[in-house]
Amino acid sequence: MSQVLEVTNLHKAFGGIKAVNGVSFSVNEGEILGIIGPNGCGKSTLFNCILGQLEPTEGSVKLDGREVTNMRPSELNRLGVSRTFQLLQVFPELTVRENLILAGQEHQGSMLSRFFGARDAGLGEAADRMISFFKLGHLIDAKAGGLSYGQQKLLDAAMAFMAGPRLVLLDEPAGGVNLTMLGDLKERLRAINAEQGSTFVVIEHNMDFVMSLCTRVLVLAEGKVLAEGTPAEVRANPAVIEAYLGH
Amino acid sequence: MTAPATKGSAGLRTTPARAPTLGGFADGTLITLALGAVILWFAPSGMGRYGTYVLSLWLVMAIAVMGLNLTLGYAGLKSLAQAAFMGIGAYITALLTTKTGISWYAAFAISGIATFAVGLLLGFPALRVKAHYLAFVTLAFSTLVWLVMRNEQWLTGGVFGLSNIPRPSLFGFKLDGALAFHRFVVVVTFLLAVLLWWMIRSPWGRAFTALRENPIRAASLGIDTRMYTLLAFAIGSAYAGFAGALYAPLVEFIDPSPFSLSQSFFLLLMVVAGGAGYLLGPFIGALLGVVLPEWLRFAGSLYLIIFAAIVMLLLIACPQGMSGLIERGWAWITGKNKAGGGR
Repeated sequence: MSQVLEVTNLHKAFGGIKAVNGVSFSVNEGEILGIIGPNGCGKSTLFNCILGQLEPTEGSVKLDGREVTNMRPSELNRLGVSRTFQLLQVFPELTVRENLILAGQEHQGSMLSRFFGARDAGLGEAADRMISFFKLGHLIDAKAGGLSYGQQKLLDAAMAFMAGPRLVLLDEPAGGVNLTMLGDLKERLRAINAEQGSTFVVIEHNMDFVMSLCTRVLVLAEGKVLAEGTPAEVRANPAVIEAYLGH
Repeated sequence: MTAPATKGSAGLRTTPARAPTLGGFADGTLITLALGAVILWFAPSGMGRYGTYVLSLWLVMAIAVMGLNLTLGYAGLKSLAQAAFMGIGAYITALLTTKTGISWYAAFAISGIATFAVGLLLGFPALRVKAHYLAFVTLAFSTLVWLVMRNEQWLTGGVFGLSNIPRPSLFGFKLDGALAFHRFVVVVTFLLAVLLWWMIRSPWGRAFTALRENPIRAASLGIDTRMYTLLAFAIGSAYAGFAGALYAPLVEFIDPSPFSLSQSFFLLLMVVAGGAGYLLGPFIGALLGVVLPEWLRFAGSLYLIIFAAIVMLLLIACPQGMSGLIERGWAWITGKNKAGGGR
């Protein structure tokens, strides 16, 4: 099984604060890796460094063996890396359908062909199917800003999959989502992973969600890797219990 | 790459087909534009020379406002240099048609290309600075252009301006008369409006909106925010250049005063009052800015006070401008309060 993502000795400091301090890990094709850790341990900063939103102080990020450290987010996305953010990041003035078309349109043709081509960039049917897949069919023409928090979370996740990405980084996808929608979201993520073989990295505080979804878990504490292993191994790790999970 | 939804799966089902909109091509905005063009073609009948001139001026200003609406209303980039770009277009057209004898059509194209290029250059600061910082960069540019127009007398005529700017001909027909030139302005405005309509409804328009609403998320979806920022500036500036190229032969005399910083603020007011981010907003905004003061002339010296009060009341009642007010009214009438769709 080939490595999709390889992070080596990644550091990020804000002045004297080392938010990420020498983190190394890799993610294999088709794997769902969970990243857990207490608030402020550097999880989102790690994501932002991997995805070019922040410039790492040191270290390297490789995608399929190719050096992509400091690559611009838009270029990374076009290489097949997609993400969601901790806070909701849908486009409130666009409809649900337009949000999804937007999420895939830059992967269709050139700038000129997108200007002269179809309004939906040829993604109308794919967007409609994605809307159904995430059970948002009744909201297809509603403006995203008018959706409930949970519905926006589902839309946000759906947008990350619109371009058929090779690697998806999900930052707290379960945050603020009710139990029913949480089940839906987990089911959808599993289905996409199984059908497409897409690789996921998931940051999450909801332990049930992480432990039941992920095949491997990485635990961060104070910017460093504290432990790594299967969900069962991590649950039983005394250092993890001490630092994060509690008794 | 394909979306996972395009792959076969028991979990995936197709939603019913959506209702087509007039063969999937035309929409309400395009029909409104076409009807408006037909009405404006015949509108000057009985209005006299001055009334016809005001109508033409409205459309010329609407072109400049359309450009600023793209830069500000759709892409969210604050520019205070639209009148300066209009001035660049007007002076290029005036100089080329009066001093070199080049045809108006070539001058019109050169004005558009030149303002596109200058707008592209001015767009680079927008990659580094945002919001009011960007506004101040464009403010400095606006002041610089105005100083060149006023002080470089050898080129621009300084405060004495340039006069005897010829009007174009079309297939051998002179367009010197107010009505003939007005109809020419109607056609050019309609074509530029349709071009912008096409752009806004294309994936480019969606990308511009994404740039305005959330550039970080937009970049994470593969949208080249630098490219679209530069394009929004350049195309918006080119529209001002086109407006200037029509303004020069309309008034037949230009000096620096209509292209000052205060005029850029006035164009900004037209975008906001008409409805930023609405395709028809510039026409409403320019109507408020150009025609309303004419209607208020009965009030004598009080007309500017009344005009300012109307604009303030409008923006307090509806911060989304007249287009937002109309949209809300239409949603209330049709009961579609949560309707989505393009603007």
